[in-house]
Amino acid sequence: MNLETAKISEIVNSVQSNKISAAEVMQFFLQRARQWQDKTNAIITFNPEAEAQAAKLDAAIAKGEQVGPLAGIPVVVKDLLCTKNLKTTAGSKILDNFVPPYSSTVVERLENAGAIVLGKANLDEFAMGSSNETSYYGNVKNPWSLEHVPGGSSGGSAAAAAARMAPLAIGTDTGGSIRQPASFCNVVGLKPTYGRVSRYGIVAYASSLDQAGPMANYIEDVALALEVIGGKDPRDMTSANQAVPQFSNIQKEVKGLKIGLPKEYFGEALSSEVRSICEESIAKLKSAGAEFVDVEIPHLDYTIATYYIIATSEASSNLARYDGVRYGHRSEDAKTLEDLYCNTRAEGFGEEVKRRIMLGTYSLSSGYYDAYYLKACKVRRLLQNDFLKAFEKVDLLLSPVTTSAAFKVGERISDPLEMYLNDIYTTSTNLAGLPGMSVPAGFSSAGLPIGVQLTAPHFAEDRLFQVGKVIQDMQNVADRRPQ
Amino acid sequence: MIIHDFECVIGIEVHAQLKTKTKLFCSCPTTFEAGDNENTCPVCMGMPGVLPVFNKEVLNFAIKTGLALNCELDSASVFARKNYFYPDLPKGYQISQYEKPICKEGYVDIVLADGEHKRIRIERAHLEEDAGKSTHHGNYSLVNYNRSSMPLLEIVSGPDMRSPAEAAAYVKSLRSILQFIEVCDGNLEEGSMRADCNISIRKQGDTGLGTKVELKNLNSFRFIEKALTFEFERQVDAAMSGETIIQETRLYDKDKNKTYSMRSKEDAHDYRYFPEPDVLTLTFEEALVDKIKKDLPELPLATAKRFVSDYGIPEYDAVVLTQSKALALYYESAIADTKNAKAVSNWIMTELLRELNDAKKSIEESPISAKQLAKMVELVDAGTISGKMAKDVFAEMWKTSKDPEQIIDEKGMKQVSDEDALLKIIEEVKAANPKQLEEFKSGKDKLFGFFVGQCMKASKGQANPSVLNKLLKANL
Repeated sequence: MNLETAKISEIVNSVQSNKISAAEVMQFFLQRARQWQDKTNAIITFNPEAEAQAAKLDAAIAKGEQVGPLAGIPVVVKDLLCTKNLKTTAGSKILDNFVPPYSSTVVERLENAGAIVLGKANLDEFAMGSSNETSYYGNVKNPWSLEHVPGGSSGGSAAAAAARMAPLAIGTDTGGSIRQPASFCNVVGLKPTYGRVSRYGIVAYASSLDQAGPMANYIEDVALALEVIGGKDPRDMTSANQAVPQFSNIQKEVKGLKIGLPKEYFGEALSSEVRSICEESIAKLKSAGAEFVDVEIPHLDYTIATYYIIATSEASSNLARYDGVRYGHRSEDAKTLEDLYCNTRAEGFGEEVKRRIMLGTYSLSSGYYDAYYLKACKVRRLLQNDFLKAFEKVDLLLSPVTTSAAFKVGERISDPLEMYLNDIYTTSTNLAGLPGMSVPAGFSSAGLPIGVQLTAPHFAEDRLFQVGKVIQDMQNVADRRPQ
Repeated sequence: MIIHDFECVIGIEVHAQLKTKTKLFCSCPTTFEAGDNENTCPVCMGMPGVLPVFNKEVLNFAIKTGLALNCELDSASVFARKNYFYPDLPKGYQISQYEKPICKEGYVDIVLADGEHKRIRIERAHLEEDAGKSTHHGNYSLVNYNRSSMPLLEIVSGPDMRSPAEAAAYVKSLRSILQFIEVCDGNLEEGSMRADCNISIRKQGDTGLGTKVELKNLNSFRFIEKALTFEFERQVDAAMSGETIIQETRLYDKDKNKTYSMRSKEDAHDYRYFPEPDVLTLTFEEALVDKIKKDLPELPLATAKRFVSDYGIPEYDAVVLTQSKALALYYESAIADTKNAKAVSNWIMTELLRELNDAKKSIEESPISAKQLAKMVELVDAGTISGKMAKDVFAEMWKTSKDPEQIIDEKGMKQVSDEDALLKIIEEVKAANPKQLEEFKSGKDKLFGFFVGQCMKASKGQANPSVLNKLLKANL
């Protein structure tokens, strides 16, 4: 078995049948992770217990104990997900010293399934960013080209999966934060339906949009991981009471499947390289028997404005708890209560986080609420209706993930608006609560990865896997690794 | 109540802490006795990433209260975030209900001391979580989060009260309703029920509303009345001397019996309310309302009406006796053992409630049981003891919790009605006071009282007064 290209089920089977020990698996990936860490800065904290936990699993297997479907799989978890007794920073100075006394449901479910946290992935501060340049712990570099960004905010998770620092990574996606970096890094990245995966223990950015999901080299691995982390959680009221199907049992045929092409996604902003990679995938799916239908998402133009009002409004409230009173950074030179708040937050938050708190505070303020927040909620509903209407005609949608391949480090960071526009094709999925996935589909002439985006109706992630698997098999880029 | 042609307009916001077993959005216990920050968890401490989960028990309490307050119930109420910074507010926002509260448009009927009936409108009642509690110690402050996320129902009245006494009567009525339906302890001192009073003044006959001032920190019925009275007078003085009354929050200082400014409207927060994305819309089926309605106990005013019609006591007395469920139960259990319902009511209204109040005891803690009180009333009615002796017996019962018969036996307090025994005493008194007897006989009628007193004294207070009177008249 080649651990560099093995699918998760192969590794798990080998571990369960004693062909390889969990400790050996962990050593292999830890070694790779350390090598690539120096180049990419993908990880903020390595789990000092990783090897011990692998040894413990081996002991359990030796005793004949039943182990889970992810037995011995090292996983890199975005540092937005709380891990009990392991520092969780959200990429921010304000949580630099925060060690949670609890784990997020996602981490708990991964661990119950036998996965072992290898490390905590770098990210844009509080998941606010599209380039992983806003992290307090330094930017992450794209393993395919160290001059380029890996995308964001789950840039560390994407880079770790791409460089095979672990066979599985977990990201979160509020406006494209899994799909965009997945596209930039030649990784499969799934944003599940809102409510499919519990948000408990995941540092909140925008509560009505946040959703955690798996990132890995292969569709099968992502599907298996969703089976493990998905499902109702009594600790999250917004997690859906929906049965979790056996996603890893992927339907092989796409014959007769109707795939929609939303014309607004193929406008002038789209680069020719991304367009041609999309067209290549479309042609191959056609040859496999899928039918393509043009559809419309008329309100797509408003998606960036809508997203940035709703997300920042919620964020301004979600981030109020970082006040230096109970945990996290606390300013040392505060004499009054107001000082304590102002200095702690001025010192603890980075520029982009402050900008979004300001935007959101403004949108919710008395006198502006109706014109901004409330209006955005109404547009969100219209956008949802656009998608529901499209899904009356088609089974799922295919579109680009981004207008172009990864951009260079520093290229857009000074222009927030240009950075925000980067999210044009991904934010609408979150606003509508739909599942979306980026599938590796090719490379640019400069050797940078490009993915295509699939979007399905609520809770129809199985269709993403069904179509994604065909793209994966026909485009044949999943086994490629950066050197 | 009118001062210099001004009347006051009072509206009250009552925060009632619901007696659920666990908090509103986490499973921490709501017990009052707990060490500092003992009843806390990551959720009510506002740790990163944790989420609130609605406690379904609270829904039943809210529906029950809504029904008791004659409210319209919203089967799709919505939680919202009220954003502001304070150390006792761990998330930086309070989860409350704003645009769509669970209860709206109800009323409470109150009975005033002069027998007047008044209907006070309830504008809304909404669910919200409580904050923690800060204490300040010189150059540092501490926060205890045990109270954080305790379930509260905020009950907002219409601006319908026209005097401090009406305000106090409303809060009393509301408290007794909440206690009857067992949703709230109603303890103002411990803070399980808190009343913030909004008061403004206007010229008699005007219909508009003046600038309101909010009074906080009113933790007894007496303080509610005193603070409002002070504030009414303060506002009238201000208006008379041409000052403008500013919209502000004032705190009541019970030691000085004054109110002082805490913050003005200019310092008011922009709470930036928006729907809470972490908590689902609160829905329920009509069947649940029907079930709760069926199980709803008799409410205080209905109980009071029944007391009036069944036991013939005055309405105001009946209202006082139904101030709490425990008191009403005490009364009913006492009158099960005696026919004299009016006498029992009098004893409770005058002696027992005063003693309980002085000792800061609740009726449940009364050293005199309902049975004992009833027995004492029976003994008076049977002529075994006089009304005057009964007061001494009552005092002894209060001190020792002994049965009245035992006290009477031990102290030899039985009333003497035997005519021969009394005649003997009369003769002795006559013999001992020949001068007074002479004067009485020569027409000084006033001395009759002297002889009653002397005979009473000689009988150690045990002479039956009416028998004694009759015998004295015949024998002097």
